[in-house]
Amino acid sequence: MLITAPKFKENAAKALVDKSLQKALGNVERGFVAKRAKAAAALPEFDALRDAARDIKNHTLENLDLYLEAYEEKVTAAGGKVHWASTAEDARDAILDICTAANARTVTKGKSMITEEIGLNDHLEVNGIHPVETDLGEYIIQLRGETPSHIIAPAVHVNKEEIEADFRRVHTHLPKDRQITEPTALLSEARVVLRQEYFNADVGITGANFLIAETGSSIIVTNEGNGDLTQTLPRVHIVVASIEKVVPTLEDVSTILRVLARSATGQDMSVYTTLSTGPRRPEDPDGPDEYHVILLDNGRSSMLGTEFQDMLRCIRCGACMNHCPVYHAVGGHAYGSVYPGPMGAVLTPKLWGIDQSGHLPNASTFCGRCESVCPMHIPLPKMMRHWRERAFEAHQEPAAQRYGLKLWAFMAKRPKLYHLATGIAARVMSLLGGAKGRLSSLPLAGGWTKHRDLPAPETKTFLKQWAEGKR
Amino acid sequence: MSRDAILKTVRASLKGEADVDARREAVKARLSSHQRNLIPARGQLGDAERVALFAEQAEKVGATVTRVDDAGAVPEAVADYLRGRNLPQRVRKGNDPRLGALPFDKTPTLEVNTGPSDGTDLVGLSHAFGGVAETGTLVLASGNDNPTTINFLPETHIVVISAEDIAGDYETVFERVRAAYGEGTMPRCLNMITGPSRSGDIEQTILLGAHGPKDVHVVVVG
Ligand code: SF4
Repeated sequence: MLITAPKFKENAAKALVDKSLQKALGNVERGFVAKRAKAAAALPEFDALRDAARDIKNHTLENLDLYLEAYEEKVTAAGGKVHWASTAEDARDAILDICTAANARTVTKGKSMITEEIGLNDHLEVNGIHPVETDLGEYIIQLRGETPSHIIAPAVHVNKEEIEADFRRVHTHLPKDRQITEPTALLSEARVVLRQEYFNADVGITGANFLIAETGSSIIVTNEGNGDLTQTLPRVHIVVASIEKVVPTLEDVSTILRVLARSATGQDMSVYTTLSTGPRRPEDPDGPDEYHVILLDNGRSSMLGTEFQDMLRCIRCGACMNHCPVYHAVGGHAYGSVYPGPMGAVLTPKLWGIDQSGHLPNASTFCGRCESVCPMHIPLPKMMRHWRERAFEAHQEPAAQRYGLKLWAFMAKRPKLYHLATGIAARVMSLLGGAKGRLSSLPLAGGWTKHRDLPAPETKTFLKQWAEGKR
Repeated sequence: MSRDAILKTVRASLKGEADVDARREAVKARLSSHQRNLIPARGQLGDAERVALFAEQAEKVGATVTRVDDAGAVPEAVADYLRGRNLPQRVRKGNDPRLGALPFDKTPTLEVNTGPSDGTDLVGLSHAFGGVAETGTLVLASGNDNPTTINFLPETHIVVISAEDIAGDYETVFERVRAAYGEGTMPRCLNMITGPSRSGDIEQTILLGAHGPKDVHVVVVG
């Protein structure tokens, strides 16, 4: 995957004046935020469950070596095979080997951020294997040659008119005069087209939301059912998961499931939570003959014992980006990384290097909403500050940015000026977004008062981007 | 190799091997104790309320639910549902003996086929392993009795569940899985299904029937 994170400022400036993107981003803010709030309020134990979920992950991370060993033993006992991969390249190679051994020509894929992280699709394609994304959102962006702009809603930046145009461009075997303006018609068309792909595929690749040490199971949590068809119909199932996905027991996963969907989409439970353990058994009439797990590290083990360890609790629910004013303003692609939003701003410098992602930890108003909604209580703003300090210490910030820091300090001491700047920005935002209420949902001023002791140089520069976006 | 390198880095980050024996004991204990964490009050209701909550939650997510007094009434309930939906009187099921024992002779126009689905069936019929009241979730175990393909390929999925198998919380169902399959052993696939398939990928509008069933109908027995 091409990382364009170093161009965050340019990306953001473009995003701010992209009308169709701004319209689509309104859906994130209106939809996800309200749904999560409603789901959280409806469960009195929600906050206590978040604490319990955090504790489970902390315990697991503190014994990660042992839980990984226990997990592997169980997978093997169930007839599956674990392939350990230190790097993205190791993972790609292992997957390609399995596909080659299976004589695979077509591979279906369930939605998985980790295969984006390792750049799997390109690798398969150059090796003559055709990957087909089956999650509707992933399918749409695959047709468009794009990358996901959100970790749980990959095509959130695309409008239905664009989807119709893409389907007409690609599904040329269907009648030209068909009516597909309505979302239901688009969905039906994708369902029919992809149904055939599940049967054609030789290998199905999914990610995993969790791995259970007690049983050797991998879990996928989805709403569409595409992941299930992906892993049930082909002869070979490959699970790609990173090492921090492991949890000890079925009880532990139950607890985390109670906060996952509520934080992500505001559902009490996603439609499909599927626990898979090994390949087809002698008495089974369906399911894959082979079951492989690629266990990827890619820098995670070196986060343990550091100030970034807490990030490994992340369950990829997307709540932090759903509640982030910067994400609302510029969308996921501006971050130029596989992982956007606050969690991406923390993870990207680790996975691709701080030199590749210098601006990302600054892509924040430090309003603190991400941390306050994170089901795993990950201190995202604090970790972004860690990165910023590191970049600053290494003098990786260009002179202009250090100048920005001085400007910021100047502004920070003069709240009236600050409010003026944020006020302008908010007005620009509401003009661009065309959505009422956006202004009030930009907690910039509140963020400043809450964190007034914290330097946030890029916020100033970021505000400047907004101001430029007015033109 | 990657395996050793990864485990070595993990151990080094965790401050080395010093306390590994103590940690090993703790991990072993945790894996075998099955200790439950916090369970929401709604997952701990009495029998009658529990079944009512299950039905309410399942309906909230777009499933439909009927309740019959005993298994003898299931074929008629299935035939009724299909008539009401204008669907052909034809279902596909697995070899589950509880489904096999149903008096389908009472509904002679209902065609019942047995075996996994190849994608041509309109309606699938399964027997649930259990249910979870707190979220209206059905739990289905793969195997010859209830092939996984039946859960996902047909557009309509009818699921029979015994009222007594409806638990309050996930943990109770998992405990029953352990009892049925053995400690630390699972069916190949355990599907927890909460309502019909859906997608929000087109402009965040929720649409039912993405890749899995458009309709899920639950028949509660007892
Ligand atoms: S950091 Fe927290 S809120 Fe963000 S995706 Fe991860 S778990 Fe969800």
